[in-house]
Amino acid sequence: MLQNYLTVLIFIGAGIAIGAILIVVGLLLAPHRPDDEKDSPYECGFEPFDDSRLRFDIRYYLVAILFIIFDLEIAFLFPWAVSLQKIGLTGLFAMAVFLAILIVGFIYEWKRGAMEWE
Amino acid sequence: MSEFQTFTMNFGPQHPAAHGVLRLVLEMEGEVIYKTDPHIGLLHRGTEKLAESKTFNQSIGYMDRLDYVSMMCNEHAYVLAIEKLLGVTPPLRAKYIRVMFDEITRILNHLLWLGAHALDVGAMTVFLYCFREREDLMDCYEAVSGARMHATYYRPGGVYRDLPDSMPKYKPSKWHNERETRKRNEWREGSLLDFIEHFSESFPDRVDEYETLLTENRIWKQRTVGIGTVSPERALALGFTGPMLRGSGIEWDLRRKQPYEVYDDLNFEIPIGGNGDCYDRYLVRIEELRQSTKIIRQCVDWLRSNPGPVMLEDGKVDPPRREIMKRDMESLIHHFKLFSEGYCVPEGEVYAAVEAPKGEFGAYIVSDGANKPYRLKLRAPGFVHISALDEMVRGHMVADLVAIIGNQDIVFGEVDR
Amino acid sequence: MQHFAGYFVSAWGAIPAWVQYLLFTLGKILAIAVPVILSVAYLTYAERKVIGYMQSRIGPNRVGFRGLLQPFADVIKLMMKEVVFPANANRYLFFIAPVLSMMPAIAAWVVVPFFPNGSAANVNAGLLLILALTSLGIYGIIISGWASNSKYAFLGAMRSAAQMVAYEIAMGFAIVGVLMAAQTLNLGQIIQHQSGAFWHWYFIPLAPLVVVYFVSAVAETNRLPFDVAEGESEIVAGFHVEYSGMAFAVFFLAEYANMILVSALASIMFFGGWLSPFEGIPYIGAPSAGWLFLKIGILLFLMLWFRATFPRYRYDQIMRLGWKVFIPVTLVWIFVEGAFLIVHLPPWFS
Repeated sequence: MLQNYLTVLIFIGAGIAIGAILIVVGLLLAPHRPDDEKDSPYECGFEPFDDSRLRFDIRYYLVAILFIIFDLEIAFLFPWAVSLQKIGLTGLFAMAVFLAILIVGFIYEWKRGAMEWE
Repeated sequence: MSEFQTFTMNFGPQHPAAHGVLRLVLEMEGEVIYKTDPHIGLLHRGTEKLAESKTFNQSIGYMDRLDYVSMMCNEHAYVLAIEKLLGVTPPLRAKYIRVMFDEITRILNHLLWLGAHALDVGAMTVFLYCFREREDLMDCYEAVSGARMHATYYRPGGVYRDLPDSMPKYKPSKWHNERETRKRNEWREGSLLDFIEHFSESFPDRVDEYETLLTENRIWKQRTVGIGTVSPERALALGFTGPMLRGSGIEWDLRRKQPYEVYDDLNFEIPIGGNGDCYDRYLVRIEELRQSTKIIRQCVDWLRSNPGPVMLEDGKVDPPRREIMKRDMESLIHHFKLFSEGYCVPEGEVYAAVEAPKGEFGAYIVSDGANKPYRLKLRAPGFVHISALDEMVRGHMVADLVAIIGNQDIVFGEVDR
Repeated sequence: MQHFAGYFVSAWGAIPAWVQYLLFTLGKILAIAVPVILSVAYLTYAERKVIGYMQSRIGPNRVGFRGLLQPFADVIKLMMKEVVFPANANRYLFFIAPVLSMMPAIAAWVVVPFFPNGSAANVNAGLLLILALTSLGIYGIIISGWASNSKYAFLGAMRSAAQMVAYEIAMGFAIVGVLMAAQTLNLGQIIQHQSGAFWHWYFIPLAPLVVVYFVSAVAETNRLPFDVAEGESEIVAGFHVEYSGMAFAVFFLAEYANMILVSALASIMFFGGWLSPFEGIPYIGAPSAGWLFLKIGILLFLMLWFRATFPRYRYDQIMRLGWKVFIPVTLVWIFVEGAFLIVHLPPWFS
């Protein structure tokens, strides 16, 4: 069993290696002649006005929080779903209560307009 | 909001949605645009100034290169202005040919607009479908003038040549065998008029095809309904013309309001929109495609049954026919004078405008009586529309900006002149 | 001949077990990675051909017979192209980003069963592993957007993050639906649970989840109509605008490998994986890897078809679709499925 996970780990390594090797091959085969214009960041042919690493409003802070909650919820749902046959009706009901609480929060955020972006 | 920074970003000219050489300086907060500053002039070629040092006819070709997707309509405005100054009227057949080619040009332009607009919004198939039909219309240009885009076909006093009896044909090649080629040439066996008739019969179905992909498409509607809304009052105040104005619900079309050539005698309707958003302007232009086909049909029928001259034959404005010139001394002199010195027009100022596909395209000529204009001023619809870009885009997102630019039907040839 | 074979067998026996295991795994890696990369190459070719014919043109037809060698020409060209590192870019992250997005696209295949017991690692938590791995791909995109120091790339990265936030959950819920039905995280067993002819497959009881999963999958792989992170006509190429040469090719490879991967997962979870739709009928009823490839092919064709048909969503509309349509739909359907489970609805839940 554990050996299977070792295989998985090796595959992850292989995935990294393949990507890295391909780029390195590209770096080795291709010419490398940098100049100022070529290396300037793309901004449609003009000099950028300011640095692009700035802080700006992406307008979904509330949604991001909601995302974390729901993502955790899915993590809870996984083992529950797998063992549903064993825990039966009780399990289903317990999860219904848990989901209901989350859904109330979801509806509240919806009504508050957290999902409007304009 | 103070902890977030607004930032300034260049949009274009090196941008797939910049329609040539538009440069916008955007002030944005996240994806939302607060200010759009169009920087124009990257395609300035000094057409108006160049025209001052050339005889009238030599500048006709420059007009094609203004709005390079509605070539003959530009020529038309310029030629009309000269005719007004000269006080001449072309033969009726020439008028019909001009109207027919104006409408062919309108379809050409709207097809490019539709394709490019849809491509900007992300639907790339429409673009290629539109170009398939454009190809046929370009062949009409080619048949009549020898050039597929910059035709230089209209002349003061008529059009350069009568419609040809044959169409250019495809030849078999490595990629298209004999049978395929025959199929491609099916429409092209007869005269140009036959070809145009075939086209006008099949084209409404093609428009249905484009509409299947877009009109009721939910994504398309989400991307265009309520985007770039302009109220009728604002549209008038901003100086909009053409589909941009009609999309806002104002029925204004020079073909009806100040009829020129033979538009009086033709049967067609002017579509108008209701909300003044991108979707309405889209619908207006689609309907114009159908109406233009209708006009073309009527012109074809008329032209078939009424042969005749297509140019004035007095020799003062237009050159004599070649066979006469070989026999007749006076005609030879006329020919020599026309092609060396050109013709002189009376002193005066004149403005003539046509309903170009993008709106009112006008030519204003000041003449001091010489063989070239003292001053030529062109009114380009796109220039007016792009100056309203800031107002239309404010508060929208980058994706909407792209949709609005595409929807405005901007061509930099005419904006920068 | 006999002598050589015997020699090899004894040589194989002579090497230590861990080396044997390593060689064996290396073989598996080659057996999976090479076909995946080849299918990516021909997926790009198929895309250009299919969309070409849809758009009344013929697509690539010059390199090789009917353009069949085109992908190789492209690869060779990209290898010869300079990899430009932008001036103010963080070179280290700039290099890491494509590798990071490539890694899950290859590694996730380790648990995908191609035929009965035919996966490189028969892991119990296979589905969980895939969910975890594919979520990593997004980091490649975000890092590339940040490292490039270009505003267009940055906007692309931000959009990508927004999209991930909207669709990861809907996708997760859809997978929970499958787990409830199959009662296992092991992909092979999920397929086994669907055995029987095609009406035993999960796409019937889980119909809304199939749609949600597949649309989310299209969104997660940045395909039209959800390709806002690349948004050709809006933000030029989005996160990979500064990438060129092989660095770009690796992003490209990852995107297409992911397309194949999500199609494979959809066929496994909802369409019975390697199972034949005509189970019970002799000969064509036998399970085989061919069925899986056929199903993957059909789903991939759908993706290409979408690209030729739809305009692009705006990114806030994508969020709205994810949160206001997909998540409620999946939530409701999980309850409906719970009811199915209680009544043991045949043939899926009995």
